[in-house]
Amino acid sequence: MTATEPSTAGPRFDGRRGRWVGASVPRHEDPRLLTGRGRFVDDIALPGMLHAGFVRSTVAHGHLTRVDLTAVRAVPGVVAAYDAADLALGDVVALLDRPAEEFTPTAMPVLARGKVRFVGEPVAIVIARDPYAVEDGIEAAVVEIDALDAVVDEETALRASATVHDEAPDNVLLDVSMFDTPGVDAAFADAALTVEVTTRSGRQNALPLETRGAVASWDARDDQLLVQTCSQVPHQVRTLVARCLDVPERTVRVTVPDMGGGFGQKCVVGREEIAVAAVARRLHRPVKWIEDRREALTAGFLAREQRYRTRAAFDADGRITALDVDVVCDMGAYSCYPFTAGIEPLMASAELPSVYRVPAYRVRGRALTSNKAPTAPYRGVSRPQYVVAIERVMERAARELGLDPVEIRRRNVVTEFPYTGVNAVTYDPGTYRESLDLAEATIRDEGWYDVRDAGDRHVGIGYCCFSERTGYGSEAFAKRRMTVVPGFDLSEIRMDTTGAVVVTSGTMNHGQSHETTFAQIVADRLGIDPGRVKLRQGDTERIAYGWGTFASRSVTIGGSAVALAAERLGERLRHIAAHLLDTRPENVDLDGDGGVVVLDDPARRLSYEDIADVAYLRSHLLPKDVEPALTATASFDVPGDGTFSNATHAVVVEADPGTGAIRILRYVCVEDCGVVIHPQVVDGQCRGGIAQGIAGALFEEVTYDAHGEPSAASFIDYLVPTATEIPHVSITHLETPCAFTENGAKGAGEGGTIGAPAAVLNAVNDALRHTGVELDTTPIHPRTVLDALEGP
Amino acid sequence: MNDPHLLTLTVNDTEHEVVVEPRRTLADVVRHDLRLTGTHVGCEHGVCGACTVLLDGAPVRACLVFAVQAEGADVRTVESLDHDGALSDLQQAFSDHHGLQCGFCTPGFLMLAEGVLGEQPDASREDLREALSANLCRCTGYQTIVDAVHATACSRREARA
Repeated sequence: MTATEPSTAGPRFDGRRGRWVGASVPRHEDPRLLTGRGRFVDDIALPGMLHAGFVRSTVAHGHLTRVDLTAVRAVPGVVAAYDAADLALGDVVALLDRPAEEFTPTAMPVLARGKVRFVGEPVAIVIARDPYAVEDGIEAAVVEIDALDAVVDEETALRASATVHDEAPDNVLLDVSMFDTPGVDAAFADAALTVEVTTRSGRQNALPLETRGAVASWDARDDQLLVQTCSQVPHQVRTLVARCLDVPERTVRVTVPDMGGGFGQKCVVGREEIAVAAVARRLHRPVKWIEDRREALTAGFLAREQRYRTRAAFDADGRITALDVDVVCDMGAYSCYPFTAGIEPLMASAELPSVYRVPAYRVRGRALTSNKAPTAPYRGVSRPQYVVAIERVMERAARELGLDPVEIRRRNVVTEFPYTGVNAVTYDPGTYRESLDLAEATIRDEGWYDVRDAGDRHVGIGYCCFSERTGYGSEAFAKRRMTVVPGFDLSEIRMDTTGAVVVTSGTMNHGQSHETTFAQIVADRLGIDPGRVKLRQGDTERIAYGWGTFASRSVTIGGSAVALAAERLGERLRHIAAHLLDTRPENVDLDGDGGVVVLDDPARRLSYEDIADVAYLRSHLLPKDVEPALTATASFDVPGDGTFSNATHAVVVEADPGTGAIRILRYVCVEDCGVVIHPQVVDGQCRGGIAQGIAGALFEEVTYDAHGEPSAASFIDYLVPTATEIPHVSITHLETPCAFTENGAKGAGEGGTIGAPAAVLNAVNDALRHTGVELDTTPIHPRTVLDALEGP
Repeated sequence: MNDPHLLTLTVNDTEHEVVVEPRRTLADVVRHDLRLTGTHVGCEHGVCGACTVLLDGAPVRACLVFAVQAEGADVRTVESLDHDGALSDLQQAFSDHHGLQCGFCTPGFLMLAEGVLGEQPDASREDLREALSANLCRCTGYQTIVDAVHATACSRREARA
């Protein structure tokens, strides 16, 4: 383990032969994105292309009594309009392999059928010659709804005065008591201190700046539907489109161009993508749908609304002796594919003990359905919430016991690895304690405690220490008992006659710089310049299957698969070169400069071009046991419970007694994502994640009124932080290489978002420490802060 | 009211004749009629700034401007910044500082920054941060965007001195 500042961007880990891994090389993606030559879904124009839009429910809950599209079809420019009965598509169904008392299967129709379940739910699709005529057509639709009471929160859901899905009369889609280990009650009985904290997080939008969208077209020659969409999971889109249309999967090809962010909102399959595909196939015309911002805010997949009631027992020294937690997640109107409505409570239940040694653990997790837009697993999934729960518990206990908040964490944090927790998860080595110590030392050395204790301002310091499981392999996902189990990733590598390389991955870049970082990994394995490596993703014809990009899995799993494929190609190059150089395979090696060299006679060498020339154009010269072509394939899966990145965030805030606004004075992140492939990119992931975490802590929320009407339909109502709200963030990297990924990396995509809410919330509470008020809900509204400062 | 208009637009020093409905936005004409798709549309209500272009040198939201309003003006989009593929100093600074991730907001930030640097060549880092708060980015946390624009401001000041 070494501590390094991000700016010292030299190579420091040899990915076997490392020259490129560890260096902040120029991003391969930048030139096209900076000059307007990127291609996003809405940039695609096909001959004869039509445009689609959706008639959406204006009522949160009700029976559809009439859908009349006659007037729509008469609008100038409108080509067609369809409702659920017209398209007759299969439903979207995501399942868990769990008994009926734990999980209730429900279906999401592609277009609403019989009932509407949230404001914004698609009822009909309108096709027209341009997007303006689409809007005219949508306005002409006649939709009559017999309104029912809306389920809008935990109370109305559990009271069950209205039922969102008939299959779930109590509005509970998942109810799992995952752990009740021996000794929980005894620990509470013997506790020197018991604390109970109820934490809540508001409903948020992951908010990729590029909204969702798709262009579908039918190729009559190939007998194939092409769906160009912005999805983090192209293969899952293909699988579900084929199932909903009831066609062979071969007849569907999904490709993904440049993507303007996703953050999880695009890691589930949207019903609109399926409807657009169905219409293109029916009309034999290309059809484009681009979600507008109002739709994205109200009808896109939302996230985060959760409530945790956490009871914790402590001994007199501040050591935690038991946890008893009740988790309730408001998943909205439908279960998302492929993850299901169970994803949030199941992840929270499995991982809630976090970075602490917890001897006894009881947890119940529930997923509720409500008349709100459905949810998708947003960056961090339930970790930002359960980390808030456990970190608030630590703060409360520290206060009750008169301990320093960092000291109580030190007494509880896991320090011996591998560590198998009460939750039956084995944690690989990390720097939990080291990151905590370093973050605190930084804040102390910079004098922030003196600023806080000067007493003339409302300044507070907050910490958050956490880990993040990143490499969820199929074994780890199987424990969750989904019927669709993500995990592995595939890669194929090809070298052409000029020695340049194309490598595929089932992961899906949407801002994470895969084209650069994967090229660095391959370049080191083959000893070539990263500029010689082109990454191909996002084409279901090029990759047999893949699980896309989510859960910080890309570099850990996808990056390992490309490393292995490159390694195998290297073996092939050595084998052929040895034959051509008339020596033993053990007597040659890759020379790190695009060739193979004879070890005992380094003057003798073949470049990759020389070898490729034989492999393709003069294959009669190949060894008898070698097939033509320079290709290799590999798969990679993470064994066991996966790997854990970790970090400590430390935040200094100041509350404004005039406005209640919270200003962040200092933000320190000490993180360990294993081997850093590209320091600048990792810093970018941390900072961007932290910005989204701050957004959740202080600004963003979609609320609903008692009728299920959402509050935020524009950026006037949904407060996205800007350059003046997000502070400078300094980042220090600790490196604990992962023992079982090919490149030692652990994944860095989500950590920032996970740590920020708890760190900010703790800092605000510290700033309010003299008021007697403790806040456990995010976002923190200025009014709440003002009320606390003004007192009763 | 929806009768089409014949319109002459000057975009990146090139004159284009287009036939548009009066309600058609400048963003749609630039992107879909002229096929200059570097300008992006993120909200269609003038908040996110992804569609920012320069109209007679001033940054504007192309989603809030009707194309007919831009007749006679000098419209500049992100496609005008590089020189035969060679990045401008501002574009290079964005790359050097990792001021972009997914790249969707980037053209809007570049045009906003060009407008601000043109209007306030002596802007301080904090002035720039304030001005850049006009646009939204969801990936970077803004710090590296501010770094890139500030570095460009400094190098242009040095070049001027």
